Amino acid sequence: MLEIKDLHASVDGTPILKGISLTIGDGEVHAIMGPNGSGKSTLSNVLAGREDYEITKGSITYKGKDLTELSIEERASAGIFLAFQYPTEIPGVTTMTFLKTAVNAQRKARGEDELDAVKFLKLVREKAKELKVEEDMLKRPLNVGFSGGEKKRAETLQMSLLQPSLAVLDETDSGLDIDALKIVADGVNRLRAPDRSMIVITHYQRLLDYIVPDHVHVLAKGKIIRSGGKELAAELEASGYTDMTESAA
Amino acid sequence: MVATRETVEAVDEAVGKYKYGFSTDIESEKAPKGLNEDTVRFISAKKNEPEWMLEWRLDAFRRWQTMEEPDWAKVNYPKIDYQDAYYYSAPKSDDDRPKSLDEVDPKLLETYEKLGIPLVEQMALAGVAVDAVFDSVSVATTFKERLAEAGVIFCSFSEAVQDHPELVRQYLGTVVPVTDNYFATLNSAVFSDGSFVFVPKGVRCPMELSTYFRINEADTGQFERTLIIVEDGAYVSYLEGCTAPMRDEHQLHAAVVELVCLEDAEIKYSTVQNWYPGDEDGKGGIYNFVTKRGDCRGDNSKISWTQVETGSAVTWKYPSCVLRGDNSVGEFYSIAISNNLQQVDSGTKMIHLGKNTSSRIISKGISAGRSSSTYRGLVSVHKKAEDARNFTQCDSLLIGDRCSAHTVPYIESKNPSAVLEHEATTSKLSEDQLFYCRQRGLDEEEAVALLVNGFCRDVLQQLPMEFAVEAQKLVGISLEGSVG
Ligand SMILES: Nc1ncnc2c1ncn2[C@@H]1O[C@H](COP(=O)(O)OP(=O)(O)O)[C@@H](O)[C@H]1O
Ligand SMILES: [Mg+2]
Repeated sequence: MLEIKDLHASVDGTPILKGISLTIGDGEVHAIMGPNGSGKSTLSNVLAGREDYEITKGSITYKGKDLTELSIEERASAGIFLAFQYPTEIPGVTTMTFLKTAVNAQRKARGEDELDAVKFLKLVREKAKELKVEEDMLKRPLNVGFSGGEKKRAETLQMSLLQPSLAVLDETDSGLDIDALKIVADGVNRLRAPDRSMIVITHYQRLLDYIVPDHVHVLAKGKIIRSGGKELAAELEASGYTDMTESAA
Repeated sequence: MVATRETVEAVDEAVGKYKYGFSTDIESEKAPKGLNEDTVRFISAKKNEPEWMLEWRLDAFRRWQTMEEPDWAKVNYPKIDYQDAYYYSAPKSDDDRPKSLDEVDPKLLETYEKLGIPLVEQMALAGVAVDAVFDSVSVATTFKERLAEAGVIFCSFSEAVQDHPELVRQYLGTVVPVTDNYFATLNSAVFSDGSFVFVPKGVRCPMELSTYFRINEADTGQFERTLIIVEDGAYVSYLEGCTAPMRDEHQLHAAVVELVCLEDAEIKYSTVQNWYPGDEDGKGGIYNFVTKRGDCRGDNSKISWTQVETGSAVTWKYPSCVLRGDNSVGEFYSIAISNNLQQVDSGTKMIHLGKNTSSRIISKGISAGRSSSTYRGLVSVHKKAEDARNFTQCDSLLIGDRCSAHTVPYIESKNPSAVLEHEATTSKLSEDQLFYCRQRGLDEEEAVALLVNGFCRDVLQQLPMEFAVEAQKLVGISLEGSVG
C-alpha cells in the first residue's frame, strides 16, 4: 500500500522529519506514537500533500506510484484520507452539503457517476446512525461550534462515506471522553478491511486498547526510534516516552 | 438549505469563463449615433408616445445637460463620451409584434437557450412569467392572462405608457425624481424600455415575475426603466437577471428602478447581475450605473432588495428604501463579487422617516484578483422617526493579496431613540480551509466556490429557489482562476 523511504521534510525551511522509513501492507493498521512536537502531524500533512511542507529527501510510494507527483485532491481521490487533529471550520456549509460535495468530487475525479440525492441521503443517515451523529448536526455548518467529540465523529463519518484505501487518523482520540472514544473506535474498526490500511497517530496508548494495531512505531524528533508489535504500546505506557527517547539516544 | 444546495452540481454545470459571451446577428434599427434633443424625439416617436411623455423626457434631457457626472465613488474609468453611442436599438421584427412564441424570431429564441432560459420550458417548469427584454424592446410576455385574472398588470414599460398612462403619470418619477442624479436624469431622457408591474389592493401576485435583460447590440447603451406599484395589502416577488455578450469596448448601462409600496404591502426584488465584467486585463465590460429605490409609502409596508452582483467592469449601485410609512421595513441583502480588474462601489441607503421603522442590511463582498470592492451605505434617521432600528452587517472576504475591500458606512441620526447596530468583518480565504476541502477531493476552484457560497449563505437564502441555484453557479464561474 504505502512505502516511505528515508523521508526528510521541512516546514518554512526548518527540518522536521529527519529520515523516516515505513512500509505498510494492505489491510494493516500501524500506530504511530510519540511525544508532542515529534512530527506526527507533519508526517500526516506531508502524506496529504499540504503545500508548505517541503520534501527535501526520500520517497513516498503509494500503490506502486510516486505519491509526491499528485496534488492534494488527486491524492484524496486516489484513496488517501486524513482525519484532522484540528478539523477546520467551514462556515455556511452544512455538514450534509459538505459530505455530498466531497463524495461527488471524488466520484467525478474517478470517472464515476455522481450519487443521486435520495441514495446519498439514505447512505448518510445509515452511517450517521452508527456514529451517533444526530440529524441536527448534519444541518449545521461543518465543525462550526462543534464540540471536540462532534468534530471527531464528523471526521469519522466523512471517512466512512469516502471509503479510503489509506486512512491517516491524527490524534482522533484527543479530547474525547471514554464513551465518545468507544463510538469513534467502533466506527474505525468497522472500516477495517483487507484492502484498507490505516495509520493511527496517537499520543496515548489508551486508543490502542480499542483500535488494536498490527504494528507500533515510536516517533521522536522526526525519526522512528522503535518499531514493534502491539505490545510496544503497553511497554510505552509503563515506561513513558522519556525512557525510550533517552535509551535511543 | 437552498443556499448551499447542490453546490458542486451547480459548479460542474457551469462551464467556460463567460458562457454568455456570444452575440446574435439580427438586423436592428438604431437611432443615429449621439445624444441631442432629436435623439430623445426619435426614441419617443419610435414608441409612439403621447405628448406628455415626450415633454417629460425633454425636460429631463435639458436638466441633464446642466449636470456633472459624479466622481465621489471609489471607481476609476476613462471619461465616457456620451456622443459616441447609440441610444436606441430595436430588433427589426418589432413593427410586427409577435403574438405568441411561435411568432418570435427563432434566432432570438436560440439566444435565450444559450442564456439557459429556454422560454417554453421555463414557463412550464417553473411557472415563472418571463417578460424577456431583448435590447430595448420587450419581445415576449407570457402568462399575461393568468396575471390579468388576478388583476395584476405585468408588461413592458412602453406598453404601460400606451395602455395605462394614468398609472404611469401618477407614479413615474415619484420615487426617483428626474434630477435625482446624473445617471438617473440621463435615463429619464433616453430610457428605452423596461418592465411595469401593478398589483392591485389585496392581491398576492400568483407567481414570481421575472425579467431577463440582455444587451446585444454593440455600442448600445441600455437604459431600462422599471416601475413597480403594489397597492394596499398586496404582494409581489420580482426577479431580474442580467447578462451581456463579450465585447472589447465598454458599454454603458444606466437603469432606473422605482418601487412604490403602499399600506401593508410587500415587494421582494431580486437581481442576479452578471453583465460582462471585461477580460483579465480589464478590456471591455459594462459600466453599470444604476439607481434603484423603493418607497415604503404606506404604513406596515416592506421592501426587500436582494442582489447577487458578479458582473460589470464598473458597478455604481445603491438600491435604497425610503421608510416613510410607520412600522415599515426595508431590507438589503447583497453579494458582490469582483475579480480581475473589476471595480464595485455598491451598498444601500435606508432613510427612516416614519415611526417604528426598521431596516436590515447584510452585505457580503468578495474580492479576488486585482479588483476593488467598496461597500457604501447610508442609514439616516430623521427627526420624527421615533424608535427606528437598523442592523448592518458587512462582511468582506479577500482572495489573494492583490485585491482590496473597503467599508464606508455613513450614519446620521436626528432622533435619540434610534437603535443602530453596525458589524463589519474582513477575512481572507484561509489556507487551512482550502487544504481541508482539497483533502476531501475538491479541486481548488470547487473549494473556493464552496467556501464562498458558505460565506454568502445568509444572502443566498433570501433568493427565490430558481435564482439561488443560478447564483451559486455564478459564484463559481466568476471566481475561476482566482487562486493558485
Ligand atoms: N507551520 C510550522 N512552521 C514551523 N514549525 C512548525 C510548523 N508546524 C509544526 N512545526 C514544528 O514542527 C514540529 C513537529 O510538529 P508536529 O508535526 O505538529 O508534531 P506532533 O503532531 O507530533 O505534535 C514542532 O516542533 C512544531 O513546532
Ligand atoms: Mg499533532
